[in-house]
Amino acid sequence: MRTARIAMPKTARKGDIVEIKTLIIHPMETGFRRDDVGRPVPRDIIGLFTVTYAGTEVFRMDLFPGVAANPFAAFTTIATETGEFVFTWTDDKGVAHVEKMTLTVS
Amino acid sequence: MRSALLALVVLMAGAIAATAETRTSARELLPPELQAQQADDDANPGMLWVTSGQQLWSMPAGANAKSCSECHGDATTSMRGIAARYPAIDAKSGRLMNLEQRINNCRTANMAAAALPYEGEDLLALTAYVAHQSRGLPVSVRIDNAAAPHFEAGRRFYFERQGQLNVSCSQCHDDNVGRRLRGDRISSGLPTAWPAYRLDWQKMGSLHRRLRACSLGVRAEQLDFGSPEYVNLELYLAGRADGHLVETPGLRK
Ligand code: HEC
Ligand code: HEC
Repeated sequence: MRTARIAMPKTARKGDIVEIKTLIIHPMETGFRRDDVGRPVPRDIIGLFTVTYAGTEVFRMDLFPGVAANPFAAFTTIATETGEFVFTWTDDKGVAHVEKMTLTVS
Repeated sequence: MRSALLALVVLMAGAIAATAETRTSARELLPPELQAQQADDDANPGMLWVTSGQQLWSMPAGANAKSCSECHGDATTSMRGIAARYPAIDAKSGRLMNLEQRINNCRTANMAAAALPYEGEDLLALTAYVAHQSRGLPVSVRIDNAAAPHFEAGRRFYFERQGQLNVSCSQCHDDNVGRRLRGDRISSGLPTAWPAYRLDWQKMGSLHRRLRACSLGVRAEQLDFGSPEYVNLELYLAGRADGHLVETPGLRK
């Protein structure tokens, strides 16, 4: 299990701008490094981070080797309806981590 | 590197004795954007380890499948202020223990679980989580009675010239506070932010990892994680930081 942190409000009024900040533990291993005994360390980076809100994609970020470990991402979206946010980080091994949060819109 | 150090040694004129109140945390010397990032729990990557530690806190481990929370309950109350008085003498063994060792002692003595590797992710996370419960509280370690000889050994270590470069901790962290050394500005070497996230390491690390980096910097022997010498030194550093506020998780270059 990976550790991620999502900061977002639990509630909003319809039409509000909602700010969301995310962090995840991930080595973002470039594949260019060697370990202590000189063996190449296989590449393992998060290449894609997506967020859906009530089933619709609201944020997508491509990441590359060279992005620092434990990547941070922040974005805003507009509160439209009560619904679930699904945060998905995909790395070289497949889906690395999923987090879900609900926003209640009044 | 050598010339930077030589320049530094030349700068080492009369030391002005600093008191605890005038000592400078490395935080204050960071660029404003990094200070802001440390202060924002939603952007400080060290908080990821605090979150991992929170998860581990209630996860059963060891032969009796006990979790920390079964004995200690809610860490936000039971662990509040604990890190601010570590390292401390363990009443049972009479040994000086830092927070990492205290946590491992709970695993071996109270949970029938194996000790966690010192610089491994789990011990870093638990230490960060426990230390974080003291954030904003003033450091106040005991340096009397059984702790006194440890404090004195730490003090001696701190003032001893070391390594091929033959400089003491004090020559950097007392005499040259605020001056530049490679990419850094030298702070008072307070232990208050640790475990901390170092951008250079791209991860969380323990105070002892930081001390090992300073030892390497002067080409001195890097002592083992958790070695008695470093734990004594840690007590001296905490005594010197008396009244300074715990920052864990710090963010450092
Ligand atoms: C079976 C009960 C038990 C469990 C489980 C346990 N502890 Fe403890 N812990 C104790 C006792 C009892 C003490 C008091 C000192 C002693 O006897 O070891 C203590 C002391 C401590 C202290 C020092 C408190 C102080 O006032 O100085 C810390 C920190 C601590 N435990 C952390 C942990 C962590 C982290 C875990 C989980 C990895 C844990 N403990 C699991 C029983 C437990
Ligand atoms: C050649 C100069 C130099 C010497 C000698 C040196 N350090 Fe450091 N130390 C640094 C630099 C540079 C940093 C990173 C910037 C800062 O925090 O001061 C640092 C950082 C630290 C920190 C982390 C402070 C923080 O808040 O993150 C501690 C603690 C520390 N040193 C302790 C020591 C101890 C103990 C010794 C002696 C064993 C020592 N240092 C020797 C230069 C030195």
